[in-house]
Amino acid sequence: METTEYILKVKDIHKSYGNVEVLKGVSFNVKKGETKCFIGPSGTGKSTLLRCINQLTVPDQGQIWLHDEEVTHAGPRINYFRQRIGMVFQNFYLFDHLTAVRNVEIALIKVLRMNPKEAREKAMYELNQVGMADWADHYPAELSGGQAQRVSIARALAMDPDVILFDEPTSALDPELTREVIEVMRNLASLGMTMLVVTHEMGFACSAANEILFMENGRVIEQGSPSDLLNNPQFERCKAFIGQYHGFHE
Amino acid sequence: MDQIVFLTEILFPALIGGTVITLELIAVTAPIGLLLGIAIAVGRTYGSWTIVEICKGYVIFFKGCPLLLLLFILYFGFPTIGITFTAFTAAVIGFICCNSAYNSEYIRGAMLSVQQGQLIAAKALGMTKRQAIINIVLPQALRRAIPGISNEFIYLIKYSSLAYVITVIELTGSAKQVATKYFMYTETFIIVALFYLAIVTVATIGINAIEKRVAIPGFVQK
Ligand SMILES: Nc1ncnc2c1ncn2[C@@H]1O[C@H](COP(=O)(O)OP(=O)(O)OP(=O)(O)O)[C@@H](O)[C@H]1O
Ligand SMILES: [Mg+2]
Repeated sequence: METTEYILKVKDIHKSYGNVEVLKGVSFNVKKGETKCFIGPSGTGKSTLLRCINQLTVPDQGQIWLHDEEVTHAGPRINYFRQRIGMVFQNFYLFDHLTAVRNVEIALIKVLRMNPKEAREKAMYELNQVGMADWADHYPAELSGGQAQRVSIARALAMDPDVILFDEPTSALDPELTREVIEVMRNLASLGMTMLVVTHEMGFACSAANEILFMENGRVIEQGSPSDLLNNPQFERCKAFIGQYHGFHE
Repeated sequence: MDQIVFLTEILFPALIGGTVITLELIAVTAPIGLLLGIAIAVGRTYGSWTIVEICKGYVIFFKGCPLLLLLFILYFGFPTIGITFTAFTAAVIGFICCNSAYNSEYIRGAMLSVQQGQLIAAKALGMTKRQAIINIVLPQALRRAIPGISNEFIYLIKYSSLAYVITVIELTGSAKQVATKYFMYTETFIIVALFYLAIVTVATIGINAIEKRVAIPGFVQK
């Protein structure tokens, strides 16, 4: 019965590009409502790992399970799993030809086949959640980076996903705009959304994450709660990395 | 005045009849040429190997084949293998082949310019490839392709006059008949040119209105 307590299970994921093994066996389990943060040097495979979870990249080996259903090898049913697994990208990837509210509702209408009126209500609700309701009728080109990212979070939220994957959601933003996006994410975490977040924002990781996973060379080499990270000498690699790249001090 | 009588009683009625045929040629060709152009562009960009090669072959052939020759083949050649078209149908088929080949090139270029990440985002929301193409790629690509498509449309208005060579009495054909009969070449052809100019002008105004209507703030229209 221990299998049912996790909503997402990632088991021994391997992925190579050519001769380079980018992921060398990554495993972890996620409970409902948990926030896990992934940190680590560039080129370590963090993005690849997230993309393996919703099969935007197909892993060479290993399995992903969502609620005891296998996501890997799902065939055409992968589209169902992708509805259940939201994703937020570093560069937002809003649909340029659609207003903010249309960006949020389009998948509700086209994928979930919700009727347009219901979809609009749902989209407005989610925009309101991220503080973007006043911008509903604006096009992506008219939004700041922070606003665009908040709309893209609303777009992911609208599907009522079981888990949302964030791939460096604030890395394209300057500090001011980073703060407004982090605020939205912190709020989501406290509301019980299950989130996997690749980030360099140590402030967010330490305050919002249940667990921090430090990746290097395609492996999770250290993992634990934020307090472990701060107090446990086992985390020396991670601390060295943080100190080196972020001027981070305990 | 002889001239006035010629214009009002003979030339204009003939040209009006011809104009109707020309507009019919355009009205049948343009929408089919656009839809086929979209289909070919999608096939070439997202199709299987076979479909890609078929679409490529289609575009290479119809871009390379002189339209007049194509009309000859359709109208004079095909009957010898037992396929007979009316002159109007032969013209329309030839125009559609040419128009769709060029349109597909404009649309394909525009599709390739749609940010790859938006397609990934669509996939990540659970959209099928088909849904992503219809809802995300094409609305952007078609907007970007408007200048190319409208150029092609203007060309169509003018090359529709080639139909006259395979006996369709469209605008140019009707003018030629009148001019020959009354020996009024200069007057007739100048007036016909003005007719084409008028059609092209109306078309241009229409296209600009469409372009403006579907314009999106900050969206690159190149
Ligand atoms: N589609 C691809 N084809 C070939 N190599 C790839 C591809 N995607 C990623 N890689 C390589 O895999 C390695 C891991 O990339 P990945 O983007 O997962 O790292 P990351 O940890 O997210 O890094 P960053 O912090 O820079 O985003 C890199 O060396 C990258 O060049
Ligand atoms: Mg990355």
